[in-house]
This record gives sequence, C-alpha cells and structure tokens, in this order.
Amino acid sequence: MANTPSFVRTQMLDPKDPPITEKGAVKWIRENLFSGWLNSILTLVSLYVIYWVLAHILPWALGGIWNAESLSECREIRDASGVGHDVACWAVIGARWHQLLFGFYPSELYWRPILALILFGVAIAPVLFDTAPRKLLIVTAIMPFAAYWLLWGGTIWGPIVTALGFVIGWAIIKYASATLGALGSTIAAIVVPLLYWLFVAGAISGALGSALPIGIESVASDRFGGFMLAIVIGVAGIVMSLPLGILLALGRQSDLFIINKCSVFFIEIIRGVPLIVWLFTASLLLNYFLPPGTNFDLMLRVIIMVTLFSSAYIAEVVRGGLAALPRGQYEGADSLGLDYWQSMQLIILPQALKISIPGIVSTFIGLFKDTTLVVFIGLLDPIGLSNAIRADAAWNGIYWELFIFIGLCFFIFCFSMSRYSMWLERKLHTGHR
Amino acid sequence: MTIQVVAFALILAAIWFLGRNIVHNLEELGKDFNFSFLNSRAGYDINQRLIEYSNDSTHGRAALVGILNTLLVAFLGCILATILGVIAGVLRLSKNWIVGRLMTVYVEGFRNIPLLLWIILIFAVMTESTPQPRDFRGEDAEASMILGESVAVTNRGIYVPNVVFTRSLGGNEMTEAADGVEAAVIPSAAAIDWLLVLVLLVGGVFASKAIGRWATRTQEATGVRPPATFWMQLGVILGPFVVVMLVLGATLDIPELRGFNFSGGIHMRNSLIALWFALSLYTGAFIAEIVRAGIMAVSKGQTEAAFALGLRPNRTMNLVILPQAMRVIIPPLISQYLNLTKNSSLAIAVGYMDVRSTLGGITINQTGRELEGMLLLGLFYLVTSLVISGVMNIYNNSVKLKER
Repeated sequence: MANTPSFVRTQMLDPKDPPITEKGAVKWIRENLFSGWLNSILTLVSLYVIYWVLAHILPWALGGIWNAESLSECREIRDASGVGHDVACWAVIGARWHQLLFGFYPSELYWRPILALILFGVAIAPVLFDTAPRKLLIVTAIMPFAAYWLLWGGTIWGPIVTALGFVIGWAIIKYASATLGALGSTIAAIVVPLLYWLFVAGAISGALGSALPIGIESVASDRFGGFMLAIVIGVAGIVMSLPLGILLALGRQSDLFIINKCSVFFIEIIRGVPLIVWLFTASLLLNYFLPPGTNFDLMLRVIIMVTLFSSAYIAEVVRGGLAALPRGQYEGADSLGLDYWQSMQLIILPQALKISIPGIVSTFIGLFKDTTLVVFIGLLDPIGLSNAIRADAAWNGIYWELFIFIGLCFFIFCFSMSRYSMWLERKLHTGHR
Repeated sequence: MTIQVVAFALILAAIWFLGRNIVHNLEELGKDFNFSFLNSRAGYDINQRLIEYSNDSTHGRAALVGILNTLLVAFLGCILATILGVIAGVLRLSKNWIVGRLMTVYVEGFRNIPLLLWIILIFAVMTESTPQPRDFRGEDAEASMILGESVAVTNRGIYVPNVVFTRSLGGNEMTEAADGVEAAVIPSAAAIDWLLVLVLLVGGVFASKAIGRWATRTQEATGVRPPATFWMQLGVILGPFVVVMLVLGATLDIPELRGFNFSGGIHMRNSLIALWFALSLYTGAFIAEIVRAGIMAVSKGQTEAAFALGLRPNRTMNLVILPQAMRVIIPPLISQYLNLTKNSSLAIAVGYMDVRSTLGGITINQTGRELEGMLLLGLFYLVTSLVISGVMNIYNNSVKLKER
C-alpha cells in the first residue's frame, strides 16, 4: 500500500477561463480584423479612410448654419463665429425645402399632394402586405383616378367618366364572353372602351361638368416639380409598366410567330437605346407620329415613355423567371387540361414572378432613379430645382448641401424599396430551390 | 391562329396610322426626309476630340467625333468599373468586418442614388475644390503637381504627360535656329506611330499565346515544360515594344505652366473626368454585386472536393472556382457594360461632347432635322447594343450547361 495516493479529487474542477486573447472583444478583433498581415493592412487602410472622410465631413456638416437668409449671410455668421474651416449652410434647406419637395405647386394646395400620397400609401398596403385587410383593395382600384384628380384638380367628372371606361371593359369580359366567345369578348373589351374614351367620354364629362360643376382648383403640369414630380412619374411608370412588362414577356415566350417577333422587336429596340434619347424623342418627335393638331402634355409624354421603357426591362426580367421554371411545370399545367391563360395565371406566373422579384424591384429602383433625367427636357425634378435655387442671387454658389439633401431623399426611397424586396423574397421563399 | 391574324391586322393598322401621320406632318411643315445634311458644314466647335475636326468640317464628321467620344468614355469607364467592381465585390466577401461594411456602404450608396446626381457632384468637386492654374505659380505656390511633378490637377481639368516621338514616322517639325541655339526637333506623335505600336503589341500577344500552346504540347509529349516559358512569353510582347519605342525616340511631354494655363501633355477636361469617374464608380457598385453573387454561386462543396483531390488553393481557384464563377458573372457583367455605354449619354449634364450632344444635340438644333438625327442616334446605340449582346449570346451558348 506504499503507493496509495494521499489525495484523490472526487469532483471535476470548473473549466478555466479561456486566455484573454481567445474570448470576448479581443478574440473577435483578432479573428475579424487582424487575422493575417493582409487583413491587418486592410483594416488599417479602411480605418484611415473612414477617419479621413469623417474628419473632412463631420466638422463641416455638424457645424452647419441653420438660420440664414442667403449664402453670404451664412458666410458672415461663419466668419463671426471664428471657426477656422468651412461649414455647411443648411439654411438653404430650411428656406427652400418646400420647393425641393413640391416644385412650384401652389403652397396653399400642398395638402392635395400630401393627401394623394397618404391615399397611395393606403392603396398600396394590401398589395405589399398580405396582412392588410382585403377591403382596402377598393381604395387601390379608385386610387389612380382619385390621385389624378387631387394632383391636377379640375372637374371631378373627368376622372369619373374615364374610370367608367374601365368598368365598361370589365363588364364586357364578365357578361358578354358567353355570347361573343373568349377572343371576341377580349377584343370588344379593348375596342369598346377605346371608342368610348375617344368619342363619348369628352362629351359626357363636359355635359356633366356644366350641369353639376363640382371640382377643385386645377393645377397645370408645369407647376409640378421636385420629389413630387419624381414620385408621380415613378409611381405611374411602376404601376403601368408591370402589367405591360408581363404581357411582353409572355409574348416573347409565346409560340405564336407574329406576337413573338413583335415582342422581341419592341423589347430590343427599347432596351438598345438610352432613356435620354427616348425622352428627347418624346419631347421633339412625338408630334410627327400623331394626327396634326393633337397636343400632349409634356408630363404625360414622359410618363408614357418611362412606362414603355421600363416595361421592356421588366419583360426581360420576367422572361428570365419564366425560363427558369422547369419544363415540367408547363407540361404539368397542360396535362391538367388548363388553357393558356389559366395555366399562366394559376401555375406559371406565380412561380415565375416570385423568382423575378429581385430583378423587378431593381428595375423599379432604376426607374425611380431615372426620373431625374426629365430635367433635360425641361421638367423640374429635384436636380433641376437645385439649379433653379442656385440661379437665385441669394443662394448662388451653393452645391453640396442641396446635393446631399437630394441624395439622401433618393437613398431613403430606393433603399427602402430594396429592403422590401429582400423581405418579400424571404417571405415567399418556400424552401425548395 | 385567329389571335395571330388579329394581332397582325392591329399592328399593320398602327404602322399605317403612324406612317400616314409622319408623311402628313412632314408635308405640313414643308420638310422632306433625307440625310444630305450630314455633308453640309457643321459650323460649331468640339473641344474634346480624338480625330481632326474644325468648325468647317461636316455634320457627318461631327457625328463621328461624337461617336468616338462616346466610345472613349465607355471604354475607359468599362475598364475602371471592372477594376473597382472586382475589388469591391471580393472585399465585400472578406471576413474582415470593417472592410466588408465599408464596401457595403460603397455599393449601397452608389446603387441607391441616381447616376445623374453623382455625375454633377463629381463635376462640382472637380471644378469647385481643385486649385486654379495660377495657384501653381510662384515660389510658395498654393498647389503643386503630383506624381513627380508630372500631373497637374486643376479646375480646368487634369493635365497628364503624353508620350511623343522625336523620330516620328509622320515626320517632325524643327524649331527655328537662332544665334547659338541649334535647330531642335519638336517631338510629335502621328497616328501611324501608335498604329505600329498597337500592331506590335497585338502581334506579341498572339505570339505569346502560340508559345504557351507549344510549351503545353511539349509538356504533354515529354512531361517537361520548356524552361523559362513565362519569360519567353513576356519577352515576345515587351521586346518589340521596347525596341520600337527606342527607335522612334519616345519621350514624355510633361505639362508645364505657361502664362495663365498649362500647356503640353494631354488635357483631360473636367467633363470627361467627371463622367468617367461617375460612370465607373456607379457601374462598379453594380459589378461588385455581380462578382459577389458569382463567387457565392459556386458551392462550398466544389472547393472541398478540389482540396480532397489534392489541388493547391491557387490551382483550386484557377481550375475549379473561377471557371464556374465566370459562367455566372460574365453575362450580367456584359449587360452592365451595355448600361454604362448607354448611360454615357448623360454626358449632357456636364457638357461632354458625346454623340448625343453632337449628332443628337447641336446638329439637330442647327439643321432642324429631328427625325433623321434621332433616327441615326437611335440606330448607333441600337447597333452597339445588338453587337455586344450578340457576342454575349454566343458566349452564353458556349458555356451553357447542357441539359436533357
């Protein structure tokens, strides 16, 4: 028994703390920032870049002057306060924010675009979020006409009579398809409302307007400007280009020779030429293509052009989605005996659109950003207004503050759109890929 | 079938309607439809040009100058955008937290703010925050030239050294001989010099490829790669280039301050610089996302399998990851190049004379030929796009995965 140990531990020891370099912030920094010499250099370089940028921007931005009437007053305040460096003159935003947002829209009528925006928010909710009550879809249907009426004003009968055309088309499809057949009722649903708009609608709304003059003060298109203009063009383009783009994509995938070739022709022509050339075409050439004497509102031309332009891009995105579906889905739909529209509506499009959400949303973001190009054909978008503000003697020479404000606003819009698309993608992701 | 007939009839009706309107409107305005205006005198100046042009040249030549300017900025932009995009895309995947976040800020910032704003912003930086040429003058000048006194960044543009030849094939002019000063050769560069250099470089690349193939054949036959293949390949490209440069007597023409402005060297105007940088930074952000997606699209199993086969990391990258990533990256990359080319029409914002400003701008205003001018302009962009996308389709078909 000479070797009997004098002490035997009966309990496990608590684990020792890991070394200081292997836990907490130190470990994280070592692993993420200084894991090798290359990584360390990158970290130091980026830290320096961040420091350099912030050191230049922060004192300028945070020391900014908010209360002044003009740029020269800003400079006087700065010199009087004795700061050695340049400071921002944010006062221009305070003085002109309403112009950057609304352009030259009459200031006592600002409630109308704001109301239209709120209405748009309500109308878009059931489309974006499936938790919103379905009844709101009624607002969605009324929204385009109500927004038009609120923004442009004038008699209420114009939008109502125009909306009636869509009701007529819908009624024809709903009730006349039994007698006319599918193709006949579709053609009738396109032709009858067109004839109605061209020949009947004007007379009706005129008669109603003189009999019951209900209306609000009308505002001409050239008073529109700033972000309001960008949003009106952007939203109108987005709303109209999606259905058009889907139709074009279906046309391009279709077996029908003529429809296929026409879709390809249209898409390639539109995509091959920059938007700015199309906008100039709209402003310079459109009169050549229309019957003599017709005159279009410039803003309406821009909206049509932007819609056609982005619908071609949407068509390509959706075509990608259609092509990504396995053939079995098409064959499965056929074998169930569904006709073309049924199979598209029930089987193909829901899957194809789900795949193409990121592309569709990035097309929309591109469209919204491209609304800035209208400045070149004389509409006052935010960038055009920044030039107009600089043309005023009080603010001559002010650049960065306006650019930063405009850039931030665009960033907020576009970034939230892209986050929404990510959220939607995650929500619709059903786990099989 | 019925649908087709109906659609065909509708389309014919639309074309007939538009055509009739055009003819009618042209008649009403007393205009005809012809392209002879391209041969008449242009009468306006273009400050940035790659070929000889004066205001006595024709509208056609002005359009050509514009086309070359568009292609120039598109070419420069594609190169810089690719470099920026690849760096940002790879760094965004880096494990380094700060670098990753920084690149995210870059990508999101440029993707979510309109390109037009970036162009104007960079143009404003170039014109408002850079020194004037006179700041370079004097003993204690406020500004100084960078990169070994060779590049001047001023608010009138960037002046960079130019390569010129003392024995140019196009012939050199001489300075006047004065007392005690001998007549000296004025170095100059003719298009034929650069053509020669270009031909030699392209020939060198082909020769080096041939050497590479020969080395591979030898290696496959004997098992041993001929020694110094790499140096031979390099030499066959650089050797003739260096020789011709020496023969032609290449020197650097460094910009100097003379009077109120810099002279000598190449003057890159602010409009070109702003457009180039803005297009590159903007498109670079999109390319970064494409590169990132391409690398992430190659599954981890591929790397692990390559390691299991005993391939070293750089061979894994070259032989396994990149070929698969490139298949995903190249098509959207080329469509980004297309976008960049089309976006270069935003040159209008900074007054860069691209094809839209010459053919589609001043020429149309002077001749009143909107229809013809816009048609030609559209055709130019369309042909460019179709050519590039045609090449892309050929490439796509060659790398497509073969299914069923």
